[in-house]
Amino acid sequence: MTDAAILPAAGTSSRPAALSGPQGPRPRRALSVRNVVIYGTLTVVAVYYLLPLYVMVVTSLKGLPEIRMGNIFSPPVEITFEPWVKAWATACTGLNCDGLSRGFWNSVRITVPSVVFSIVVASVNGYALANWRFRGAELFFTILIVGAFIPYQVMLYPIVIILREIGLYGSLWGLVIVHSIFGMPILTLLFRNYFASVPEELFKAARVDGAGFWQIYFKIMLPMALPIFVVAIILQVTGIWNDFLFGVVYTRPDTYPMTVQLNNIVNSVQGVKEYNVNMAATILTGLVPLIVYFISGKLFVRGIAAGAVKG
Amino acid sequence: MTSVLVKDVSLNYGAVEVLKNLNIDVAEGEFIVLLGPSGCGKSTLLNCIAGLLDVSSGQIFIKDRNVTWEEPKDRGIGMVFQSYALYPQMSVEGNLSFGLRNAGVPKDEIARRVARAASILQIEPLLKRRPAALSGGQRQRVAIGRALVRDVDVFLFDEPLSNLDAKLRSELRVEIKRLHQTLGNTMIYVTHDQIEAMTLADRIAVMKGGLIQQLDRPQAIYSRPINRFVAGFIGSPGMNFLEGRLELRDGVPHFAADGLDIPLSTYPFDAKGFAPGPVSFGMRPEHVGLNTGSGWPFSRQVEVEVVEPMGSDTLVWTRLGDQNFTVRVSSERAPSIGEAVSIGFDPLRASLFDSLSGVRL
Ligand SMILES: Nc1ncnc2c1ncn2[C@@H]1O[C@H](COP(=O)(O)OP(=O)(O)OP(=O)(O)O)[C@@H](O)[C@H]1O
Ligand SMILES: [Mg+2]
Repeated sequence: MTDAAILPAAGTSSRPAALSGPQGPRPRRALSVRNVVIYGTLTVVAVYYLLPLYVMVVTSLKGLPEIRMGNIFSPPVEITFEPWVKAWATACTGLNCDGLSRGFWNSVRITVPSVVFSIVVASVNGYALANWRFRGAELFFTILIVGAFIPYQVMLYPIVIILREIGLYGSLWGLVIVHSIFGMPILTLLFRNYFASVPEELFKAARVDGAGFWQIYFKIMLPMALPIFVVAIILQVTGIWNDFLFGVVYTRPDTYPMTVQLNNIVNSVQGVKEYNVNMAATILTGLVPLIVYFISGKLFVRGIAAGAVKG
Repeated sequence: MTSVLVKDVSLNYGAVEVLKNLNIDVAEGEFIVLLGPSGCGKSTLLNCIAGLLDVSSGQIFIKDRNVTWEEPKDRGIGMVFQSYALYPQMSVEGNLSFGLRNAGVPKDEIARRVARAASILQIEPLLKRRPAALSGGQRQRVAIGRALVRDVDVFLFDEPLSNLDAKLRSELRVEIKRLHQTLGNTMIYVTHDQIEAMTLADRIAVMKGGLIQQLDRPQAIYSRPINRFVAGFIGSPGMNFLEGRLELRDGVPHFAADGLDIPLSTYPFDAKGFAPGPVSFGMRPEHVGLNTGSGWPFSRQVEVEVVEPMGSDTLVWTRLGDQNFTVRVSSERAPSIGEAVSIGFDPLRASLFDSLSGVRL
């Protein structure tokens, strides 16, 4: 107990004034100007973005008579799923009346191969550009960068001709090729920057260990690159799923992707405007990207950050 | 027998010449240390020997085989990097065996070699761990193990210890030395650290600007540096340099500067002879006596200006003529500032360099 006599224990009132000042974490006031501004802004922005979604959900659950009464913000008096069923299965677009389901499956058949194909090719491209300084790599890279900035509209018609010449115009595969090619510059850039951030000595060590181009890619680089693959998948899935322009230009009515079909349902001029069906159809179309974001949002941020800090 | 022969190797990055007609001949089982300032091309030379960089001209032989165009894996070399460069997604065992698996070595042979390397490096308990779960010292052992399992003729080390703290560094230094004695492989080792160079090397190659300035035993490099750059680079604290003129009086060479005249009758001049002219007179601080009587060929009364304790030794700053001059004494005999002391040395241990060319006289 001699120690205690020499050093006064913490909390005793006998402490000299110099030692009794602030201590521990600085107290933060909940209602400081800073907090009010930050949370106020965030709330306003959140409401601004969420309100339309709320209106859509609410409207899609009402019957038409109820909608005609106005009050777009009021919750449905009588909840009905009829509009959802109709949007999915029986809404008419042009000639056929089987709802969005056809477009959904078309979109799936377009998105999956495009995403897989473009990511596989772009990741190998990026790896080769970052780690194997082959002859002409710089030129190739410059061309890719330029490619990333060319407006799509410029190439719409030439591609129509090319697809027609190779006999893929109007087919799903034509659209898959178009999506894959247009995703290539930005994806290759993404992968190149990620692989360039991998320490060069790792690559050298693998070469000394006798690993070749594909062994290094599959055994060393690929396992390290999962975050960037998630980023690429999200970019591609949402980009290709949401695409309207290429879909409407390069496909025929029976191969229309979901977005084009949605447009046709919403803009159809015959009969009454079925706001509830339109709302349900819109939500259904947007559901896939939404789900992808919710599942992988965290991974997405992590992947982007990893690329940003090191690249 | 020659183990590694680098013959007239140049390497350019565009217009930048990194290695300039470099030659080096390493004997079987020899431990060569490449020492030099940052950016002088040490790593580049090592990468050329390993085959990770293509040379712009020249040839490289390993075990009397021309490997200039061969892939790294076919050269019989193992390489250890400063950043360890362990494969992050593989266990220690996976890291060690990666090269062997690529080479298609049978499973039981892989297991045998991994076990042997692990026991030599004392990393057996770590075999199942990922590199992220290892300390710096353990990681570096694994990196050395990766070269060890491949049973190579030549080990190449690129600053393997410079990411470690001082204590661990000296421990691993001893281990590398022991490893060299056990295995008897040829080793080429890049470092910034003079103590590592002095303790490990059979011969040291001092590099500057893409050229090897001097390649010799550590003791020879220390006591007879071939030029002014090597003299200043080797040794810590650094050599004293006095600027002045070489004069010949009554047949005896003298070093003369403002208020200073040092007779050089005992200095071992180079065989190629000398001519009077501007020279630098180099003397290591540890070869100067402080208050050690009058037995020196040259001695002088000086005043102590600054005292720098360095632990066991103390560096004493004085002036000789009007030029800075340091003396290294053991700390218990350190003088105090302002004290008048006598210093003395023997020009036998000096190094004399031509002021213009920097070449040893
Ligand atoms: N890709 C490159 N393009 C142009 N110059 C380069 C390139 N890589 C290296 N250099 C130059 O080559 C020279 C030698 O580099 P090197 O890495 O061999 O130096 P070092 O002696 O290992 O230095 P350190 O001790 O800092 O590791 C440096 O001046 C460097 O700027
Ligand atoms: Mg280096």
